[in-house]
Amino acid sequence: MPAVSKGDGMRGLAVFISDIRNCKSKEAEIKRINKELANIRSKFKGDKALDGYSKKKYVCKLLFIFLLGHDIDFGHMEAVNLLSSNKYTEKQIGYLFISVLVNSNSELIRLINNAIKNDLSSRNPTFMCLALHCIANVGSREMAEAFAGEIPRILVAGDTMDSVKQSAALCLLRLYKTSPDLVLMGEWTSRVVHLLNDQHMGVVTAAISLITCLSQKNPDEFKTCVSLAVSRLSRIVSSASTDLQDYTYYFVPAPWLSCKLLRLLQCYPPPEDGAVKGRLVECLETILNKAQEPPKSKKVQHSNAKNAILFEAISLIIHYDSEPNLLVRACNQLGQFLQHRETNLRYLALESMCTLASSEFSHEAVKTHIETVINALKTERDVSVRQRAADLLYAMCDRSNAKQIVAEMLSYLETADYSIREEMVLKVAILAEKYAVDYSWYVDTILNLIRIAGDYVSEEVWYRVIQIVINRDDVQGYAAKTVFEALQAPACHENMVKVGGYILGEFGNLIAGDPRSSPLVQFNLLHSKFHLCSVPTRALLLSAYIKFINLFPETKSTIQEVLRSDSQIRNSDVELQQRAVEYLKLSSIASTDVLATVLEEMPPFPERESSILAKLKKKKGPGAVSVNELEEGKREGGELNGGGERGGDSSAIAASNASTPSPSADLLGLRTGPPVTAAAPSAGSLLVDVFSEAGVNDDGFLSSTPPSVVSEDPATPLPESNELLNKFVCKNNGVLFENQLLQIGIKSEYRQNLGRMYLFYGNKTSVQFVTFTTTVTCPGELQSQLNVQSKTVEPLIEGGAQVQQVINIECLTDFTDAPLLNIKFRYGGALQNLTLKLPVTINKFFQPTEMASHDFFQRWKQLSQPQQEAQKIFKANNAMDTEVLKAKLLGLGMALLENVDPNPENFVCAGVIQTKAQQVGSLLRLEPNAQAQMYRLTVRSSKDTVSKRLCELLAEQF
Amino acid sequence: MNEAKCSWLGLIFSPVVLVQIRFILIQNRAGKTRLAKWYMQFDDDEKQKLIEEVHAVVTVRDAKHTNFVEFRNFKIIYRRYAGLYFCICVDVTDNNLAYLEAIHNFVEVLNEYFHNVCELDLVFNFYKVYTVVDEMFLAGEIRETSQTKVLKQLLMLQSLE
Repeated sequence: MPAVSKGDGMRGLAVFISDIRNCKSKEAEIKRINKELANIRSKFKGDKALDGYSKKKYVCKLLFIFLLGHDIDFGHMEAVNLLSSNKYTEKQIGYLFISVLVNSNSELIRLINNAIKNDLSSRNPTFMCLALHCIANVGSREMAEAFAGEIPRILVAGDTMDSVKQSAALCLLRLYKTSPDLVLMGEWTSRVVHLLNDQHMGVVTAAISLITCLSQKNPDEFKTCVSLAVSRLSRIVSSASTDLQDYTYYFVPAPWLSCKLLRLLQCYPPPEDGAVKGRLVECLETILNKAQEPPKSKKVQHSNAKNAILFEAISLIIHYDSEPNLLVRACNQLGQFLQHRETNLRYLALESMCTLASSEFSHEAVKTHIETVINALKTERDVSVRQRAADLLYAMCDRSNAKQIVAEMLSYLETADYSIREEMVLKVAILAEKYAVDYSWYVDTILNLIRIAGDYVSEEVWYRVIQIVINRDDVQGYAAKTVFEALQAPACHENMVKVGGYILGEFGNLIAGDPRSSPLVQFNLLHSKFHLCSVPTRALLLSAYIKFINLFPETKSTIQEVLRSDSQIRNSDVELQQRAVEYLKLSSIASTDVLATVLEEMPPFPERESSILAKLKKKKGPGAVSVNELEEGKREGGELNGGGERGGDSSAIAASNASTPSPSADLLGLRTGPPVTAAAPSAGSLLVDVFSEAGVNDDGFLSSTPPSVVSEDPATPLPESNELLNKFVCKNNGVLFENQLLQIGIKSEYRQNLGRMYLFYGNKTSVQFVTFTTTVTCPGELQSQLNVQSKTVEPLIEGGAQVQQVINIECLTDFTDAPLLNIKFRYGGALQNLTLKLPVTINKFFQPTEMASHDFFQRWKQLSQPQQEAQKIFKANNAMDTEVLKAKLLGLGMALLENVDPNPENFVCAGVIQTKAQQVGSLLRLEPNAQAQMYRLTVRSSKDTVSKRLCELLAEQF
Repeated sequence: MNEAKCSWLGLIFSPVVLVQIRFILIQNRAGKTRLAKWYMQFDDDEKQKLIEEVHAVVTVRDAKHTNFVEFRNFKIIYRRYAGLYFCICVDVTDNNLAYLEAIHNFVEVLNEYFHNVCELDLVFNFYKVYTVVDEMFLAGEIRETSQTKVLKQLLMLQSLE
């Protein structure tokens, strides 16, 4: 047997390594290295030609220094010289240096490739292997170009040595992975496949990796490999434990090759040929049988090798998913492993069972192990094993065991590892919803979730519970009672306050009969949490309060008192202040009837896929949630008449309120929604302004807006696209288009130079729309200015249903035109075709810029070139209300600067338009002349086209 | 900044990775690397980061834990021999036990080749360890599994100048 003494061959190297090891400090080490580098440099530069041995030694030292983490900037040429040595040891060091320190120096690449070429044609198997290993390790494009043609020849040539074939196969694999276009298998395909029959098991082991990779890419061309693989596998599986001699590992015949064969088969469906299939099933049965035989060795290596094959066989059985008998046997085998003393096996059994649970044939068999799995969740010491147990419980959950599993997962959550809590929360939430038979259980579960792991409860989860409560009137009273009780806890999570605020605001009346939860008690309870909450929650609570005023007139004075307090009405947060002001005004001006209409209970949410499931999918990455599960999720979601997916916007409620048929929609979503575009209010009072604004602005996707506040008569003909565009300059959400058949809602958000738009296509009829397609195009110049990507929509929209489309927008540079949205579908056989402008305007990419008066005028002066300014004088189309104007300017996206213009009647704004190419600073001044009912608008930007476009857009807004 | 933008738009691109073994690492308890063999392109900083992360992930685990640990989008299959951790990073769908035994097979070859291998053998003969690796693993795949064949080849190479 070979033996190697320490550093034999190169004494100088061994001494150097010892020196380094003896260094007491980092400094000493660096000193020693620098000394060595100087020495090597002088040797390389010296007059005396170095002999091969010295060159090898110094190159090896350089490599060692590099591997210690130091930079090496010389010696490459010497390494390349070594490649052409006739001595193996010198060549080997040369190749090693090249493989570890690849250098893209083109001169060197040419030399290296030359040396490789020589070695490949040397007919010396040792040198050929060195060269092939170098190609496989570096795998660069240049090498693929030089050798992709040559290597297949070496691989299949009759006189090539086995070890060279092994290297050639994997070398080719590497080149195929880096440059698939350069590796043309055409004529070699059949001979490569037949390597599966090679006598030398090492050749088969290497070749099969290549064949597997090629089969994944070209399954048809390689499908003959299936029968060859089956017969090879069958020979191995049926051989006695000593037949394969060199390839027997701890009494297991060729474990790695068996695994690779089983994996190759997973690239294909079950064999069609009955004989092949029979043989394969026999193999799989034998593998399962062997698992039951007494071990031939007590060594863990024996059982590991055997089980490696077993798990791969089970993967294949699951992949086929067509042999109930094998699936159930696999499940039973894994069941035994669940209680095995080896942690590895318990882990792998849990993992493998997870996939078995999704097969209809083995789902029931998996379920019988529930107690063991629950026990694993409670007692396993390794968190990754507990995680697998949780995954399996999730996978095996169905209506029959949901309550038990959810309860166990909830109790596990109390002590769960932080890293997995969020995922656990999502899973519990999904299961609770999916299998809820009685909704009080569902509500309890979610509230428990928030109680136990509030920090890990994402928005999706609590939005969802609200959606479901709103949609199910049988659970509303219970929900109100339960949140009321939950809020009694002295310290309760903010998410609980959100849910509590929302639910009591809607359904507090259902428990108000009990003096212990009288309106005032409810209000005081909620308000006791107010000051500890963040701004979005406070905003939500303010909305709950105004809803209280409607539900319980007796709380009106108390609540008005709260709204009127300085901490609300003068709050530094503009959203809170605005809500306080509006709600106060609303409550004091509106009649009971009006209030009741405005603050009506939320209508049911449209039915959509659970947003939580989408979130889990995202978290786990694509493919982590099986299609099966998704479909089921959708179906179950449907049963619940579940709510919709909402953008991750801070106020889900804002969005959800949007579907209220009453003008109250705006009450929560005013942030981006400034007033009055059309349908001038019948009276000039502020209150009605608020109403009309709400009705016009907000996105009542599928709701029919009451006639009094309709901005757009559904019967009017298709408006001009430009008008539609103008409607959305100062707002991001609303109804983009509506006719008798179709309603298109829009919701968009922008950040920096990126935007995302959600389009909601609602079918207003009771007949389905088929072949529904949408295309977004950027005409002409716009193509190079905007990058718009849209996801495809479902081609079918059921009557009364709604589908959503997401459009991602990237602003490359400033632009004038708008992208076009073309919609085509068939309704009752007739083709409908319409084209609209997508409301993407340059101002959407504004970042507001706050600045002081001095700064503003300084910048204003800097932008004094005539083309940088655009100005328009125009007549007011709407009432010149200060608040309305302010809201519009804010909606534009710029910062509205107070106390800047010496004339308080005027408005000035500042902002920066973010495009990928550049940032365009813009300043704006709007001077209203109330007497003449005219405006003068001046825009100055660092770019003339921007000034012009902004001016055009804005002139239509007032 | 760029990353934040991308994730906000949900445009996280994962590279198409086809390699089975991403890297093989041998480290001691102190975190010193005794072998690093990379089968994917990583830049030097990334390699250093991976080395540190693997060390942090693996050394905290005790003997009762599994020999597998999730790591980024991959998994590490590892086994401890005296003070050395042998780690192989593979795809999450790869066969855990097959790679666990591939490590052991490799260690047995080293043991035979170096006559009771110890950490110092790997330090002083680092350039030979690469040869052993290349005989057994190539292009991120298992190349040869027969200890007899590998040792015979190594013996032959040893006899060459």
